[in-house]
Formats: sequence, structure tokens, C-alpha cells
Amino acid sequence: MHRQLSADISWSRVLDRGPALDVYHLTAHECRRLLTEGEASSEELTRLFLNRIAGADRQVQAFLHVAEEEALAQARVADAKSPEERRPWEGVPIALKDALCTKGMETTCGSRILKGYIPPYDGTVVRLLRDAGLVILGKLNMDEFAMGSSTENSAYQVTRNPWDLDRVPGGSSGGSAAAVAAAETPWSLGSDTGGSIRQPASLCGVVGMKPTYGAVSRWGLIAYASSLDQIGPLARTVQDAAALLSLIAVRDPLDQTSLGLPRPLRVPGIVQEGVSADALAGQERSASAVPTPAPDDPLSLKGIRFGYIKEYLGDICEPGVQRAFANNLETIESLGGTCVEVSLPSVKQAVAAYCIIAQAECSANLARFDGVRYGYRATDAADLLEMYTRTRGEGFGAEVKRRIVIGTYVLSSGHYDTHYTQAQRMRTVIIRDFQQAFSGVDLLMSPTSPTVAFRLGERMADPLAMYLSDLCTSPVNLAGLPGLSMPGGFADGLPVGLQIIGPHFSEQLMLDAAYAVEQALNVSVRPAPVAGGAVDGAAAADAEVTP
Amino acid sequence: MTSMPKSRSAGSPTVPEGWEAVMGFEIHVQLSTETKMFCSCPVSFGDQPNTNVCPLCLGYPGTLPAVNERVLEYATKIALALNCEIAPYTIFHRKNYFYPDLPKGYQISQHDLPLGMGGHLDVELEDGTVHRVGITRVHMEDDAAKLVHAGGVEGRIAGADYSMVDFNRSGTPLVEIVSEPDIFAPEQARAFLTQLRNLLEQLDVSDLNMEEGSLRCDANVSMHRPGTPFGIRTELKNMNSFRFLQRGLEAEIQRQADVLERGEEVVQETVHFDPSSGKVSVLRSKGEAHDYRYFPDPDLVPIQLDVAYVEKVRAALPELPAARKERYMRDFGLPAYDAGVLSANRWLALYFERVAGLVEDAKLSANWVMGDFSGYLNAAGLEVEDASIGPETLAELLQLLKEGTLSSKMAKDVFVLMVETGESAKTIVAERGMGQISDTATLEAMVAELVAAHPGPAEEFRQGREKVLGFFVGKIMKETKGQANPQLLNDLLRKALQP
Repeated sequence: MHRQLSADISWSRVLDRGPALDVYHLTAHECRRLLTEGEASSEELTRLFLNRIAGADRQVQAFLHVAEEEALAQARVADAKSPEERRPWEGVPIALKDALCTKGMETTCGSRILKGYIPPYDGTVVRLLRDAGLVILGKLNMDEFAMGSSTENSAYQVTRNPWDLDRVPGGSSGGSAAAVAAAETPWSLGSDTGGSIRQPASLCGVVGMKPTYGAVSRWGLIAYASSLDQIGPLARTVQDAAALLSLIAVRDPLDQTSLGLPRPLRVPGIVQEGVSADALAGQERSASAVPTPAPDDPLSLKGIRFGYIKEYLGDICEPGVQRAFANNLETIESLGGTCVEVSLPSVKQAVAAYCIIAQAECSANLARFDGVRYGYRATDAADLLEMYTRTRGEGFGAEVKRRIVIGTYVLSSGHYDTHYTQAQRMRTVIIRDFQQAFSGVDLLMSPTSPTVAFRLGERMADPLAMYLSDLCTSPVNLAGLPGLSMPGGFADGLPVGLQIIGPHFSEQLMLDAAYAVEQALNVSVRPAPVAGGAVDGAAAADAEVTP
Repeated sequence: MTSMPKSRSAGSPTVPEGWEAVMGFEIHVQLSTETKMFCSCPVSFGDQPNTNVCPLCLGYPGTLPAVNERVLEYATKIALALNCEIAPYTIFHRKNYFYPDLPKGYQISQHDLPLGMGGHLDVELEDGTVHRVGITRVHMEDDAAKLVHAGGVEGRIAGADYSMVDFNRSGTPLVEIVSEPDIFAPEQARAFLTQLRNLLEQLDVSDLNMEEGSLRCDANVSMHRPGTPFGIRTELKNMNSFRFLQRGLEAEIQRQADVLERGEEVVQETVHFDPSSGKVSVLRSKGEAHDYRYFPDPDLVPIQLDVAYVEKVRAALPELPAARKERYMRDFGLPAYDAGVLSANRWLALYFERVAGLVEDAKLSANWVMGDFSGYLNAAGLEVEDASIGPETLAELLQLLKEGTLSSKMAKDVFVLMVETGESAKTIVAERGMGQISDTATLEAMVAELVAAHPGPAEEFRQGREKVLGFFVGKIMKETKGQANPQLLNDLLRKALQP
């Protein structure tokens, strides 16, 4: 029933050398193990993913730019080192959302106005990844300036959902989610302003995490809405997501809103590693900083109180999503967790408050794209005003222009108090509601997205419907809380995401809990059909009835 | 019939009778921090264009501002020196507008929660009265880049072929000082600005160079009949000296008075003063009022200055002109006028104190610093700190004067020679044999010989004819080519002529 990738792009065909790696399941941790144990070189791994991109991405269209030369050069640097010299993740490939500035590598933010733009500097997370020795495969497609929930707003290409090529991968980090789901990269970075990591993670069946606001430096992230944006990991397993987050969650003096994490992250389920050096790579920490102790049993949720958000129950979500969510609650209880209903009345107004605040901020953040210093400039303008209006008129897409116009409107005198100030008040109420909720439970839960992946074009004519894709995710950004989406099951063969929300800086608890749920559900490691060509309704059906 | 209230501009020769002129100022002070406000590029004037730049001050995507703490310190100093309340909680706003010199498309400024509010400056006017000017606010913001217009006349935008942007200035820290509309005459405006600059100079936070743009003054001017509401104001922009600013205000006041006398209305607009023609012209109309859409900058965290920090900055403030003037009157016994002149300029005050310390005669030092020394500076067009005659050099001259080696008249001549030759006072006196004869033994011998040679006049003096003393003085002066110490000579003659 789904249009899937043609079968000739099979994993075994691109891997023309032995030993026969089980690339079907190749996570970042597995890549690392292969490198550590000398079973594969970084160049081999890098070529493997480059080949996969060359094949699968013709249909998925997740990559805007494949940095083949640079990636192979980086891989050879890693391979030239002795195992002792090599840093823990050195040589493992990764791909980045095109909103992240990469020195010397084109960065367009999905916009025509930045076509050909080569940043003169690396964003902080990019620098951290390079310092850790990761191999950057390329840049991933996104909604223009991260504005959208389907990646259809990209000025360049439409990314397909690897589970069904006629459906969207979600957005705005659609390229980041689709590339991971299609095994074109073991993991990736995205950014999340109102759900832009979690919603595509949900629609593509991968793990995605938006950290606490301030956990990760925004230096070098092309801003959409500064008070909401956070960079975060997308991966196929909770362990990978935790490891990637630990690499990038560092306090950065270049971002005054950055704090890092109060304690080093521990990768759940890996007893040996404890406070492994990799969790601390590139970080300066005081000697007293120790991670929280691992739970006695990483597969148990005993003693953890979960609250499911009442406002997201019922008809707000499609039946398939409701069923998967109910199933997830049962799984949590079966693991010893307690689940109670929690009401967050203000989330109903959150999308409105979110739209006003995000659009107000973007109207200022995008003012710098004026054609004067970089990027696209309209030629033959008669005067300055015409240069501005034509540059921006021709350089920005419709959705970006819509949001700039709305943002400009809500900040204008006469509208500021009735819109922007009101939205900020609403934001305070939402923060308080969450605080209240966390006085009774440890973590909150909801479906990540009210629906599974929708069809290409389905919501393009209806911006409001598109904005509602962020219904369950945007309140989390308004409150600055960490939110995680993980595969919770399937509906009609398409992935359904489970969202876990925690108090500020509770990433460790969230990842520990997500790991336990993941192991019990056993759906994360199932790649999208595109990955093997072998997956089918059967696997999906299995997942739906996972106890 | 009620009489019209007295105009607060009354007494000003440049405000037409029957009118009250009201002026308020927006003063931009470029801070002389080592690095820019939000990045680590150096703050420097006159370098090759676009050399002190980085992705942040070029407004590149993905960059984020981080406040330079020194900016906060300097701004707090200024706010405290102007008697402002320091806000315990202050935030930055974005001020949005498009212009090629504004790389982010917004300026990071402060809006409703500025650093300092409710201050004042007591301005001493020429007639000796003190006029208090309210300081509405003191806030921080980043400077725009500089546009260089090519192909037109005198670098003006009108008629230019194209414009270039020099981003060296982009992101330079500024403090904006906004005054209340408390100034009613161009002369008051100049006194206010001069004394404000003197105050800022003491703080050592800015070069305060109007020509280089590190001090920029915009004036708002309106006219109204006394007792009626304020009139519509115009803005006089960017004058590069206080003198021109005063002349510009005079011209604008006259222009507005003419408009109003004709029964027409003043239009709210920006005007430009051309010093060569002495005329004001309209620069741009404010008709389409800007909506800057201020909102809190989400990239910057609120600044909470605790009492301890503010008190630390306050304690580190240098002595300000008013306090220094007090001290000069109290400790040096200087008259108010002298104390006022010497304390106003930081460098002049330092110079004076050094000279006075060496000479150990404050009044003598004050007279010379304010007199011959200042005269020389004015004539040479020099600032105190550039003077070739250092305080030690001047003190050496004054020491010779104080000891009696030189008379006042001779000291003035020696000073001129010092300026001309660059030699020290002692060298000049020695080389030219200019010293006074203050040696008692030498003069005593000469006096004794003279009195003995002229018994007649000596007897006349003893009979009470005081005038005869002049005869003896004249003889000795002639003999010594005028170098005898007059006071000493007088004493010795009287002693020798005693009965």
C-alpha cells in the first residue's frame, strides 16, 4: 500500500566487501564498536553511508549537500590515528540540519536567500563534533528557516518519508529525521523551535530530543525564534541520542543563554561506561561533577511517576495514535511505572502564544537577510528600498514571508500589547502549569504528533492545519523544558511517536526512562522499509501488538 | 487681565523676545573599551575599513551577542556621575529598522528598562548661577557601521554615485544620555554640553572627540509663548563642535521664530546646520514616523546589578568637577572662579595640582596655569596633555619667581623664551644672565658705596623726603641693568639711609 524505495537499492549491494556487517542495524554505538575493535575503518564506514546516500537519497531527498570529499578526508584522519590516540567517537559519521553553520560548507537554511552561502565559521555544536572527530557527511533538508512541519517549505527539494514516499517526513528537521530513518546516517542533529525535532522524529520512527532551553549553545544555529530554538539529536536508539546530546550539551560563553547540563550525561543501559570520557569530550567540568547514578535496573521504571496530559487525550489525536499511546501507558505500567492523568489547561492556548512569539522573534531575526553582505541580492534595483523589497520578496518563500508579516504586525505599536504582551503572559501561565504538574509527577507524556505522517501537499494550502502539527510539542518550547520523542508503535504501518517531557535539566531521567520503554517496546531498531527493502506491513503489524 | 509669565529664555540675546525656546539633548558617547560591545573585535578609529570585523559585528547568520562587562561598568559610571538611579533589573531591546549600516536589521538598545534614570547635572552658567538640567535616562546600545558616500560632494549622500559600508564601527559600544527639555537658551546648551563633556572626561570612558564621532549631540528644539504648551520640535543632528551647535541652535531658533511669527507651523523634521552659510536646512522629514517595534532581545539575559556592584563602581569613581572645585577652595584657598576654571578640565586640574605641589604656592600656580600657560595653549591650539611645557618645567620657572631670582615681568619673558626655545627656565636665565641680583652682600656693598658718594640726597631722605629713595633705586638699577631684586634693594637702601 505504501510506495517504497525500489528494491535494487539494497544494503547488501552497496556493501561490497566483507566481513558482512549487519548494517541493517548500524547505530552510532555499533559504528563505534566496529572502529574500536578494528572491524572497520572510518573510511569504510563513511563510504558505506555515502553509498547509501547515493542510492537511497535519490528517493528520500534528505540531503541538500553531501560533503563527500571532506567526509572522506576526515575519515582518513581518524584512521591514521592509533586506537589510543583516537577519541571515543572519532571516525563515526553524522549529518547536520542545514540550519547549522559549517565553516567552508554551504549552509542555506533551506532558503533561496542563502543559496551558495558559505559560513566563515563553525557553530559551537559543529566545532564540538569536529573536535570529537566525527565525520560530517553533509547537510540535511529542512523547512525554510525552520518554518514548517513537513519540510515542504524547503526552497530546494521535497524530502519524503522513508516509511511511505508519498508522505512527509515532518518538519522542520525533516531531512534530519528521514536520513536517520533511511539509514543514510547513524544519527543527525536537528533544531526544535516548536516541535521541529520531535515531530519529524515521530513521523519517521526515530528518537529525537529537544534539550532544556540553554543546554546546548545556539551559536552558529541560524535563528528562527531565539527564545525557543534548541539544537538536539536524532538517532535510531535512545543510547545514540544520549551519547550525541552528551557531546553537544556544553556551556558556551558565545551564547549567553547557554548553561550546558548540570551533570554529565550517562548513556542509559551501558553499565561499563558510567562517566565515560566520551560523555565529557571537549568539556570542562569540575572534579565534583558526577553523573546521576544509573538505576539499579535500567529496564525498570519502578518508582517513576508518569503523568499523561489530559488535554491531548481523545479526539484531538487520530484513533491509531490514541491506540499506540494507550499501549505505551500499559508498557510503562508493566515496567513498574505509575501513570496518572494530569491536566495542563493552558496548553490549549499554547499554539496561539507560540505563533505570536515565534513570529515576532523571526521578524527581527530574519531582518539581516537584506542583500547587503551575503546571500541573494536582487540585481538592477533602482534604489535601496527596491533592493530590499525585491531581495526579500524573491529570496524568501511564502511561509517565511507570512511569518515575517505576522511577526511585524504583532510587534507594531497598537498591536504589541494586545498580541505580543498577551502571548508572553500566556507563556508565563504555561510555565506555571508545567511547574504545577511536575509537583505531582516526575515526567509527563503525550503523543508527539496528533497524527501519523500526512500526505505530501495535504496541509500546504492550510497553514492553520500545519501549525496544529505542533499542538503537543510547542508548549514544551514555551516553557523551555526538555522533550523527547521516541517510537511508540505504528498506526496503519506508519510510526507513532511517544513524547516524554521532563522538568528543566531532567535529561538523564528522561533518557533512562525512554531507554526502558524502548527496550520493552522493541520498535526503535526497526528501520524504515527503505533501509532494507524487506520491511513490510508484517513488521509494523508486529509492533502494533507489542505487549 | 493676566500678565504673561516670564519666559525662561529671557535674558538670552539669541532668543527673540516674547518666546520661550526649549531644548533637550540626546548625546551619544562612544565608549573607549578595548573591544566591541558584543564581540571581541578591537574598538579603534581610523583603521583600514573593514579590518576590525568578525561574523558577529557583520551580522552573519547564527551569531549571538555576549555583553562586554566593561561596557556595563563604563555605562554605570556615567549613570552614577549624572546622579541617576541605577536600575536593579535592566534588559536590552531590539530596535528594528532597515539600513545598510545596520547589519542585523536591528540595533541592540534599551527601551523601557534602561540602566540609569532620573539623574541631573548642575550646570554653572556664565553669571555664576547654577542651572539644574534633568537627565531622563542613560542607556547602552551598539553603534551602526559607517557609510562612506563616493562620487558626490564632500562625502554627502545627496548626489553620491554609490555608498560603501565600513563595519569597523559596527558594534562599538555607545551610551546614550537623554536630557529633560530643561534648556532654554543656546548659551545654556553650550554650558550644559561643555560641563557634561568635562564630567565625562574625568570618568575616562570615552575619547569624547566630536570630529571623530565619539561624542555626538542631537538637539531637540521647539518654541512657544511662555505659559503655553511646548511647540512642535525639530531635531538638529550631529554637530561636530559645541560652537557650531550653539550657532546651529541660534539659527534654528530664529528660523522657528520666523515661521511662527508668520503664523505658520513648525514641521516635525530633522534639520541640518551649515556652518559656512550659517543656515539650517531640512535633512529629512519625520512625517512617516518610524515604528521601531521594540521588543526584549531574547539572545541576552536580563542584567541584575546588585547594590554591592553599584557601590563598588561608585567608590571607584574619580573626583568629579564639582567636588574638585570644593576641594580647591577649601584646601588651596582659591577663589571660586579659579577653582571652577581649574577643576573643570581633568587634564588642566591634574596639571595645576602637580605644579602647585612642586611650587608649594597654590595661588601663584593657579594664576600662571590659568594665565600665561592657558594663553599659550590657546595661541598654539594645543590641549593640556599635548603641551610641550610640562608641569615640572613650569614649576621650575615659578620656583625662580618665588625665590626672587626673577621678577614677575622677567618670568613672563622667560616663559615666552621657554616656549620658543624649548629650554628650561634655569638654562635661559643662566645663558642670558637674566637672574635678579638677590645677593644681599653684593647689593649691600653697592648701596653703601652709593650712599657714601651722595651725602646730600641721603640727608634729604633722612629729613623725611621719601621721594629721594627713587633716586638711589634708579642709580642701582641703572648699574645692574635692572636686575637688582627690587624688594631687597628697597630694604637695603632704607637700612643704609637710616639716621
